[in-house]
Amino acid sequence: MSTLISEIPMVENLEDKITLKGNALESEAIYIMREVAAQFEKPVLLFSGGKDSITLVRLAQKAFYPAKIPFPLMHIDTGHNFPETIEFRDKLVEELGVELIVRQVQDSIDQGKVIEETGKYASRNSLQTTTLLDAIEEFKFDACIGGARRDEEKARAKERIFSVRDDFGQWDEKNQRPELFDMLNGKIEMGQNVRVFPISNWTELDVWSYIQQEQIEIPSIYFAHRRKTFLRDGLIWSAEDGVVFRAEDELVEERTVRFRTVGDMSCTAAVESEANTIEKVVSEIRVSKISERGARIDDKRSEAAMEKRKQQGYF
Amino acid sequence: MKVLKIATAGSVDDGKSTLIGRLLYDTQSLTEDKLEAIKKSSEQRGYDYLDFSLATDGLVAEREQGITIDVAHIYFSTPNTSYIIADTPGHVEYTRNMVTGASTSQAAIILIDARKGVVEQTYRHFFINNLLRVKDVIVAVNKMDLVGYSEEIFEDIKSNFEALNSNSTYKEQNVHYIPVSALQGDNVVENSKAMPWYEGDTILGHLEQLKQDDVRDEGAFRFPVQSVIRPKQDEFHDFRGYTGKIYGAELNVGDEVTVLPSMTKSKIKEIYFFDETFEQARPGTSVTITLENDINISRGDMLVKSEELPKIEKDITATVCWMDAKQLVPGTKYIVQHNTNQILSKVGQIKGLIATDFSGRSDSENKLALNEIGEVEIKLSKPIFYDSFEDNKSNGAFILIDAHSNTTAGVGFIN
Repeated sequence: MSTLISEIPMVENLEDKITLKGNALESEAIYIMREVAAQFEKPVLLFSGGKDSITLVRLAQKAFYPAKIPFPLMHIDTGHNFPETIEFRDKLVEELGVELIVRQVQDSIDQGKVIEETGKYASRNSLQTTTLLDAIEEFKFDACIGGARRDEEKARAKERIFSVRDDFGQWDEKNQRPELFDMLNGKIEMGQNVRVFPISNWTELDVWSYIQQEQIEIPSIYFAHRRKTFLRDGLIWSAEDGVVFRAEDELVEERTVRFRTVGDMSCTAAVESEANTIEKVVSEIRVSKISERGARIDDKRSEAAMEKRKQQGYF
Repeated sequence: MKVLKIATAGSVDDGKSTLIGRLLYDTQSLTEDKLEAIKKSSEQRGYDYLDFSLATDGLVAEREQGITIDVAHIYFSTPNTSYIIADTPGHVEYTRNMVTGASTSQAAIILIDARKGVVEQTYRHFFINNLLRVKDVIVAVNKMDLVGYSEEIFEDIKSNFEALNSNSTYKEQNVHYIPVSALQGDNVVENSKAMPWYEGDTILGHLEQLKQDDVRDEGAFRFPVQSVIRPKQDEFHDFRGYTGKIYGAELNVGDEVTVLPSMTKSKIKEIYFFDETFEQARPGTSVTITLENDINISRGDMLVKSEELPKIEKDITATVCWMDAKQLVPGTKYIVQHNTNQILSKVGQIKGLIATDFSGRSDSENKLALNEIGEVEIKLSKPIFYDSFEDNKSNGAFILIDAHSNTTAGVGFIN
């Protein structure tokens, strides 16, 4: 009996030990961030001000703590961003003390490299590609970290974690490098670059739950607010800021809405929602019957819309 | 929340996409807009039923040919578990993609068409799951509705498969047989009323019961160093941290470790995860550790517990699955990536081709072509610190990188 009693506290001590059990998705993303910093000379984190890229920034902070994030953030600004997103971006960058590079789609338009779309469905979303590829060349970035997730869209479901692009930024979807176990092969030739997706295996709900758990600050447009809007094709569009084309017969009404994704204003529709806290957003996503990209008009152009954009160098 | 990665293998004809579609549908994981898109595409193609492969075959070329070419990742969750399905192609010419999908999976579903029974493709799927030591395998005998839900046919297929399994050298693998109809939903998520003779679990029921420990890679503690963190800030003036992911077993503060290749010994001082410190960290966590002594460590080095040294050698023999159109021939140079370590190497003799039907090996012509598997001798320019794949999955595998094209040309499992 005496030996048994003397053993009990030891077991308890063992259980009392502060043990890091970890979250598999978080550890995977941190591992990937560190591989990028180690394998590439000039990486950059593509930052849109949306929840996925905000999550990436937190993961990068965790990966390199107590050192600072060892690469800059870059925002390809369509000029059609929600003002709340830009405000948020500038505040975050200041807090982190990292470098922010901004390149404007407007400049590409002014230089005559791309032509602005016109009409009802005009969007600057696909114009971003040219500005992005020019910026990659300008700064000689060899790795661009992005917040794309495989659950977003079926072509993205095929994407590797280290996805090689040629000097034209093209994705060769039929000839992707095999990725085995945890071994990531970042070897590339001059002129090529790699798109890196650390949160490939996260779902929309995973991202929201993480934001909740980590108490990460996000732009206010993700929460329910009153907004002047109009309806088209069953989707709710922002009638503020004059970015989205609105026909005269499309009536403006004030609704309580929030945004599930924050892309270019011209292709991001709102959803009606009363969720004004992160807890409410998470429970709303949990029971939602519509996918997050259901409110992205850029994917609805055709069944292969995303695959085609990716082949051309879209992020 | 538990995260479980599952590889599925089979061709469209076996009903693989229907099975995945059924899993998504019955767990209410398909959103209305995605379901609507599948309905629309199915109608456009003139199908009578919903073709879920249109949702998983994400590339134009795949939808055109009606086959899966590359791995797709599909996500769904139950209140307890997040599931990641690596949907892999079944055709022999895409073996490399099957290996890719299986490499990160802890469980596998192998589909068999009840009308056809065990076919060549089944051998290959099982062989690869065997080779990659996927711990839990579900053999789903599908299309039971088309054979009158016959117990006899199911038992027949089961005994054929068991005969195949008797050739396996991986005895710790758990194999379960489940009769299903993915189209009708029998035994996928809901128990089948049509097969009262079957008393086992449904596919989802089985997966739900799997505990993380059931499928974990066990082995000795291994810590391949990813990078060294030196913040050069006043507050952390002398901080020198080593980043990496923990494999095999947990790590404790105070553990005595040996650094490879220098063989220097030290003790774990702190285990950091972001700005917190822990006394213990479980395998699978990405941490930053500090040591009691200042020693010279860089990326590619490995920390192990001093009483559990791995093998340290320059000549290795491995089972290699070849993934490049350019054949593997003796005398050529490749970069071996083993964990975070990259080492120039030279290919030696290619001793035998391994048939993927468990029939054994045959003499090779001293080369490996795309999708072939064989025994290969490799001479490394520097020693690596490895375990056999059998003892430690993460530390027993490597990839071969073509030094000219930079592509990942093959994967090796060290004997």
